Amino acid sequence: MRRLYTSFLSVSLLALNTAAFANESVQKGSQDPKQWVMQAGNYANTRYSTLDQITKNNVAKIVPAWSFSTGVLRGHEGAPLVIGDVMYVHTPFPNNVYALDLNNDGKILWKYEPKQDPNVVPVMCCDTVNRGLAYADGKIFLHQADTTVVALNAQTGKVEWSVANGDPKRGETNTATVLPVKDKVIVGISGGEFGVQCHVTAYDIKTGARVWRAFSEGPDDQIMVNPEKTTSLGKPVGKDSSLKTWQGDQWKTGGGCTWGWYSYDPDLNLFYYGSGNPSTWNPKQRPGDNKWSMTLWARNPDTGEAKWVYQMTPHDEWDFDGINEVPLVDQKIDGKDRKLLVHFDRNGFGYTLDRVTGELLVAEKFDPAVNWATKVDMDKSSPTYGRPLVVAKYSTEHNGEDVNSQGICPAALGSKDQQPAAYSPKTGLFYVPTNHVCMDYEPFRVSYTPGQPYVGATLTMFPAPGGTNMGNFIAWDATKGKIVWSDSEQFSVWSGALATAGDVVFYGTLEGYLKAVDAKTGKELYKYKTPSGIIGNVMTYQHKGRQYVAVLSGVGGWAGIGLAAGLADPHAGLGAVGGYAALSNYTALGGTLTVFALPE
Amino acid sequence: MSVVTDIVEKHPNRRAGKVCLALSVFTLCAVFGLVGAAKADSGPATPGEDGKYTDASGDPTYNIDKDGKTDWYTYSGFRRYHSECHVCHGPDGMGSSYAPPLKDSLKRLSYTDFLAVVAQGRKNLENGQEKVMPELGLNKNVMCYIDDIYIYLKARSDDAVARGRPPDHEAKPKAWQDAQDSCMGAPS
Repeated sequence: MRRLYTSFLSVSLLALNTAAFANESVQKGSQDPKQWVMQAGNYANTRYSTLDQITKNNVAKIVPAWSFSTGVLRGHEGAPLVIGDVMYVHTPFPNNVYALDLNNDGKILWKYEPKQDPNVVPVMCCDTVNRGLAYADGKIFLHQADTTVVALNAQTGKVEWSVANGDPKRGETNTATVLPVKDKVIVGISGGEFGVQCHVTAYDIKTGARVWRAFSEGPDDQIMVNPEKTTSLGKPVGKDSSLKTWQGDQWKTGGGCTWGWYSYDPDLNLFYYGSGNPSTWNPKQRPGDNKWSMTLWARNPDTGEAKWVYQMTPHDEWDFDGINEVPLVDQKIDGKDRKLLVHFDRNGFGYTLDRVTGELLVAEKFDPAVNWATKVDMDKSSPTYGRPLVVAKYSTEHNGEDVNSQGICPAALGSKDQQPAAYSPKTGLFYVPTNHVCMDYEPFRVSYTPGQPYVGATLTMFPAPGGTNMGNFIAWDATKGKIVWSDSEQFSVWSGALATAGDVVFYGTLEGYLKAVDAKTGKELYKYKTPSGIIGNVMTYQHKGRQYVAVLSGVGGWAGIGLAAGLADPHAGLGAVGGYAALSNYTALGGTLTVFALPE
Repeated sequence: MSVVTDIVEKHPNRRAGKVCLALSVFTLCAVFGLVGAAKADSGPATPGEDGKYTDASGDPTYNIDKDGKTDWYTYSGFRRYHSECHVCHGPDGMGSSYAPPLKDSLKRLSYTDFLAVVAQGRKNLENGQEKVMPELGLNKNVMCYIDDIYIYLKARSDDAVARGRPPDHEAKPKAWQDAQDSCMGAPS
């Protein structure tokens, strides 16, 4: 086993070394398993660590080694970073940053406390979460709730530059981390429920000067596509590919926000992300495919230009916000080595694409409950190639305004939300936190006011038929589009996973358990109840020869809002309503970092 | 604040307490609202010509028959609440990890208090709570339906409607449709 592991490591190092660019500090840091230099662990967003001191055979013995209170009560997403001997911990709004000295029992080296207008709080649709810091070239990057991007000196916490990426008064906010690539920092924006025309922007890593900005919808120059060269499913997108799919000026309040996770392939020099739902949630009010909302994008980080796009959910009718992560893996499909991109969308389909060309290879349901579409049309000669085949009964567009479309699976929070999946190259499997929740959805008329919510639908959520569990933690074979194993969870799994060379997969639950399972079988090997529900992502690092596993607990986010009171099933008949577990009976607010290790 | 003013002007039968809203004297309203005592028993609902029911003190209220059939406003309020409010305050007015349960708040807040807080927002930044209610006074999606939302939440607060979608409701009154068209503007 050790030899196998060593050879895997050297091969992967070799592969990474051929990448001359990327950002060297990030690239080198992510090759050192002792550190955790970016939220996703590496540019490929696999959230895999080669550390193997903690294994499936000894993980049952791990214990909390130390913990740290963040002093903030709201939902805690993301994870800390470890750069050298320092851990960097972030908090939800007000977005404090702590540098902790790992050589001195986590003593606070410096604290950064931004001053933000509290009026940004209610403009954030679903809690004031923040998905964490990034690091490059001796700087820590924080993207605050009010869209201020700040570069902090990693040693002193001193502000080196800061820039406003948006305006909260117009409903523009931020919850995401940033992606440092080469000499740039690439950032997204939130505001899909406020009619923001969302975009991706690159800033100079040294000065914070804006280099380019690419919108999700609008004229070709604004969305930075080349009508002849940018492709969709193998064909050039043509002139005005976005404008043609909106009525009038509706693209100006079109959403398509960019608050998810970004991955990067240094060899292809492309970065990947998904754009979110079109605004409003009332589909009748915005006819057309609403391109390029709900789209997977491959862009060149130097120029911003899109190489290819693929729209997963044309003309969204359910808020299947397409921003989930896009991990990059190299696997065989039909015996042939392929450079792949995998994406578990809110809409319940697990997509596998060729990340060089954007060719669609696999699109299968990763929760059997998914019913809004029968399948994605994979027939290249079909006029609906690449599109979901929508079931009329569950089409809120078809059923119309003021009609309650019932029993749609998944719910608007998706078969999976932003909580990122992990991938182990040892098993070739993805480990995916999922929601098993359905909804009724009723769209109605809504009017746009800048800086005010622009929703336009009522929805009721309830557990998928046939059970009371609201979540599953699954293993997925992306080359075949098949679930390999599935562990049922009482609540939606809202924590990002971690896979390690010790054949262990970690994730957190909304009740607050940190769990470890066998990567091959899904068998539960360990659980520990942290102080609050977990919506953060599990990370690992090594310090002075000891492997640690760390996670932020602190319930909140969409999950804390939707599930706090428990779900009610409107179709279960009188008496059964409200019979499902209320999260508020299991956990309360409060941010804590808990760090685990084997006993010394 | 023209939206609020319009709404109030269309309902001249309301008490003097609400006139301060029409005059946009929001600060006074807020002070008045937040120190307001618990509401007295509102008595039986009286039907009005516009399909809206009022209680003994003239405030809007719900009407629900023995089979759970609600008045139109309660139903409309259910829909608007679950569009505009539930992403912070949770489903069915039950609260969330982010914002308090309005089902309970309406046991303490009067109709006037409610209007004031919705229109001008409020902040609670004590004890690390960072709770901020936005000013919704200019938001037509909220203010054109503010009575509907109040009536629905009042019904939830009094346990007069269960969680989830009301099973049946009275027909949409013409007066409600006309008020919506005039408040929201003609359909585009």
